[in-house]
Formats: sequence, C-alpha cells, structure tokens
Amino acid sequence: MIEKELVIVGAGPAGLCAARIAAEAGCRVLLIDRSPLLGGQLIKQTHKFFGSEQQRAKTRGFRIAEALVADLKPFGDTVEIWQEATVVGAYPDSVLTVWTNGEYRKIHFQSLILAVGAGERSLAFENNDLPGVYGAGAVQTLMNVYGVLPGKEVVMIGSGNIGLIVCYQLIQAGAVVKALVEAAPKIGGYKVHASKLRRLGVPILTRTTVVRALGDSAVKGVVLSGLDENWNPIPGTESEIACDAVCVAVGLSPLYQLAWMLGAEIPYVGELGGMVPLLDENRQTTVSGVFAAGDASGVEEASSAMVGGRLAGLHAARFLGHLHPDHTAIDTECRAQLSSLRGGPFGAKIRAGLKKAEVKVHAR
Amino acid sequence: MLDKTGVPTPDQVLSRFPAEKDLLRPKAILECYEDIPCNPCSTNCPFQAIVIGEDINAQPRLIVERCTGCGLCVAVCPGLAIMTAALKNDRAVFQIPYELLPLPQTGEEWVGLDREGRPLGPARIEKVVRKADRTNVVTVSLEARHLYAFATVRCPR
Amino acid sequence: MRIEQHPILDFPERKPIAFTFEGGPMLGREGDTIAAALHANGISALSESSELHRPRGFYCAIGNCSSCHMVVDGIPNVKTCITPLREGMAVTRQAGKGAYR
Repeated sequence: MIEKELVIVGAGPAGLCAARIAAEAGCRVLLIDRSPLLGGQLIKQTHKFFGSEQQRAKTRGFRIAEALVADLKPFGDTVEIWQEATVVGAYPDSVLTVWTNGEYRKIHFQSLILAVGAGERSLAFENNDLPGVYGAGAVQTLMNVYGVLPGKEVVMIGSGNIGLIVCYQLIQAGAVVKALVEAAPKIGGYKVHASKLRRLGVPILTRTTVVRALGDSAVKGVVLSGLDENWNPIPGTESEIACDAVCVAVGLSPLYQLAWMLGAEIPYVGELGGMVPLLDENRQTTVSGVFAAGDASGVEEASSAMVGGRLAGLHAARFLGHLHPDHTAIDTECRAQLSSLRGGPFGAKIRAGLKKAEVKVHAR
Repeated sequence: MLDKTGVPTPDQVLSRFPAEKDLLRPKAILECYEDIPCNPCSTNCPFQAIVIGEDINAQPRLIVERCTGCGLCVAVCPGLAIMTAALKNDRAVFQIPYELLPLPQTGEEWVGLDREGRPLGPARIEKVVRKADRTNVVTVSLEARHLYAFATVRCPR
Repeated sequence: MRIEQHPILDFPERKPIAFTFEGGPMLGREGDTIAAALHANGISALSESSELHRPRGFYCAIGNCSSCHMVVDGIPNVKTCITPLREGMAVTRQAGKGAYR
C-alpha cells in the first residue's frame, strides 16, 4: 500500500489547476492520468478560448495545457505525476487501485480530488457501430494530437460548441464538411462558431437527423431525415449524403463511476450532463475529504473547469490542514470568476443544474 | 435567423457598421451578436474603443471616434467575429482573420465570399500579416458595393 | 491519412516505428498511439463485436468506450487509443471479449 496525502485523478484543466494550488498551500500531491500526455482534452483544442484574461482567454487550448503543466514545474519535489496510469477502483476506506506499467498498485489517500472529466455520448441510429462513426472529440484527438485525419468527407451530428468547433478544425486539417445536422430547431453553440462555418459554405441543417449510416465494413454515407415538432422523422424528407466519416457531437456525460464506488451521493442532473456527485460549497462530495472539479461535477467549459479546479485544490488543502497563505483572497476571486463565466444566457442551464447538485449541509 | 442558420440578418450586420462617412479610415466591425462570456477584444484594445464593461457576457460596443482601425482586435477575437472595414475611392477594404491554408499572398486575386459562403467577385489581396499565434490578418479589397456583404476569401485554385 | 500541413499546428517528422498488424509489417511514427498508427495506415476496423461479429472502430479515443480493444503481444483488451505504439508490437484485431491464448 502506497500512502499519499492528496491524490488528484485526471490531469486536465481542473486537475492541473487543483494540483498547482494545493502544492502552493504545502500539500504533497500525486496526480494520476491514464493518457500518455498531460492536459486532458485541452491538448486537442486548437482554437482560442473565450472568457477573460484570468482564464487565459485568446490563448489556444493546447497552449493553455502547456502553460498549466509548466505551472507545476516549480513544485517538482511535491507534485508527483503518474502518466499512462488508469484508476480502476476506488474503495470507501480511502483506497484507489491503479493499473500502470502492467501492474496494479494500491494507494491510500488522505484526501482525493476527482477531476476525471466526461465521456462523449452516442446517438442511436442504424449502423451507428460502423467503423468511421466517431465521437467528434475522438476525431479531434486523432487529427490535432496525432496528425491523422480519419476521413476526407465528413458529416457532423450536433451543433453544440464541440460540433461547431470540430467542423472548423476538420476544414483546417484539410477535410470537407459535407453538412452539420442538428435535431433541435436552433443551433446549440455560440453563433460566432456557426458563422465561421457558414461563410466557408458549410450547410447547417436544423430539425434534421441521421437515420442510418451506409456501408458494410466502413462508412460510405448517411441518410438524413427532417424532423417534425415532436422530433419524429418526416416521411418523404430522406436524403443521402456520401461521406467517409460521421462525427457524433451530441453532448458529454460526467464520469461519475469513481465517486459512485466511494459511496458518494450521485443524483441525476440533466442540466449538468447526467449523474454528478452532490457537492458542498467547497466542492466536497458527501464523502468527507473527497472533492470533485471540472466536467466530472457537471459539463461546462474548460475555463470554468480551471477555476473550479483551483477551488477544489484550495479546499482539499485546507481539509488536510494546509491553509493557503492567500486562501480567502483566492477563494473569493474564484467564486467571482465562476459567477461571471456563468452569468450570461449560456450559463442558465448550468446555474439551474448547480442548484440541484449543491448540498448546504457539511459532508458526513 | 442567426439561431437557425448561423447567418446574421442584413439588419444585424448594418447595426455593426458606422456611418459610411466614418469609414474613410478603417473601423472595427464587431459581429458578436449574442451574450457570451468573453472580453479579449475589449481588454486588448490599445485605444479603449471597445466597451464590454463589468459583465463579460455583455456584447462589445464600438466607440467609433476612438477606433483607429489598427486591427489588433481582428487577430485577438477567439470567435473570429471581428473585421475592419473602410471605403477607399471605389473599393471596400477589409482586414480579416485567416486561419486556413494556403495563406494568400500580397497581389493575388482571390474570391470574395459573403456570409453564406457564396462568391461575390474578385478580391485583391493587399497585405498579409503573419501572426505568431497563427491567426493571420489579411487586408483585402473588393468593389465598394460589397461593403456590407463581404465576409471572407477563398483560394481561386 | 497523415496531415502534412496545418495552419495552426506543426507536425514535424517523427521516427518510424515498425510493428505488425494481423501478422503483416506496418509503420507508425514515434508518439503515435496504436490506434492512431493504424488509422494513418487506413485501418479503422479494430475489433469485432461479440454477438453479431460486426466490425468495430474506436469511438472516443480517450480510453472510455472500450470500442478500440485489440490484442497486443498476446494480451487482449488493450485500449489501443491511449496505448503508445512501441517498436515490434504485434497487433491483431480482437474478436468479442478477448481471451488469453
């Protein structure tokens, strides 16, 4: 059994920010990530981020990942990092099991931050299991991290920010986006992203869905259909588009499994993307000493994940008896940033969801 | 319309343009039509010509007299939603952000596109500024009648 | 298909890595995951479903979905989307749930 003071699972924007602030406060940190690269999903974000200067707005996502990793450099003695290490089990007696380098390791922690992120949802349609039907984020990883384009002609399903952004990045990588389809009557993401696609001639088809993918061992095309007001396909509106890849961008669901194994209370909160741990105002779950941040506690933007990660790190440190010298100032600043980021119409859903996922009582 | 198609209405576009008499020098055209949490255009403007205010969700507003048309906001806007526009004799001159390959070269003739990607006519590449962060700024001119329709350029090849 | 030129990113030449797929020789590049190297070689079908034996490719590319499980050096259920490619690996498609041979 390996003894660790603070373990952070997930080295994305939330986990990296949590590690930095906890280390500043004097914690000894173990940061664990299953990927060979640090930065979580930031490493594939080639677009410039929104937000304000405090969240490094106008910087490309992969550059933010580099900066957050560099921020940990001065704390090399107190922040240990395991990469290509997958946490496969979490036990209520404060134990994690980790699969790494071909062996299982057991870790006992005093405090834990779950910054494990979210997973891409799928969509039910005929032949959706054909090779060539990908999560939009998967294609983003393949092309922007590994420099491999999985298709030349792509159809995107879903007009949230991920769908819109990945379409633009596909064009930057040299692919043709044949169409972006959206089942809802309106575009889901930021219209500035939609406008970028439209002026490059990409059709955006609202109230439209994919009813089936075509092909035997790989995607050769899709059949689209118009949808009525009750989301049912309208007979006679089917049309075919040839393509060699289909990207599904229909939202993300928080990865709640580790919190669940630990016995945390996990309600379903649709506005936050699915099952999320109940959190107190300091991001502590209903299990004492276990905190959550980033998409794992509700799907939002990377900007709020960074700020939420700082808050979680700050309070995990305090839980461990390491009060950050600027605790109150940082705490106040983080909360102000979060309410500012969530203040507009796009934050309405998050605000509603957080009301349902926040406990006022202190953790057991 | 913008919600369904991603294309702003002509009225929305017009609302972002100063009067034509003010376009003898380039001015920023802020095509940001919804409240999103973002403010680099405002915080990076050296002339305090773009106002967002305390709430970063508010839409940016241009103070026309302060704007020098320097184009810094064109390269900074994460949504690539800003260009500058000017009228010079019979030409409309724009600075646009450009993040695709190939990059246009000064003196080339490309195709001007409107907000739906439809060709408008020949667009002369006047200047190309390569930026370290790779949002390059391209100065391009078209016939003046395309002032309100122009959105971007396409490689003719 | 490898992206040769990109307006935002640089993809510098990387050292070739030799491995085998279904017994035949194949080249990837240093820094590739197994799945990325296969995609660069035009291989998108990575496994076969257990009931209907339909071809499967990856879906998430970050280790969540289990759709990329392959047999690597005799070990089944390797998440090829997050496992770095190494020289001399023997990679084969996995049928169903996978078993040690």
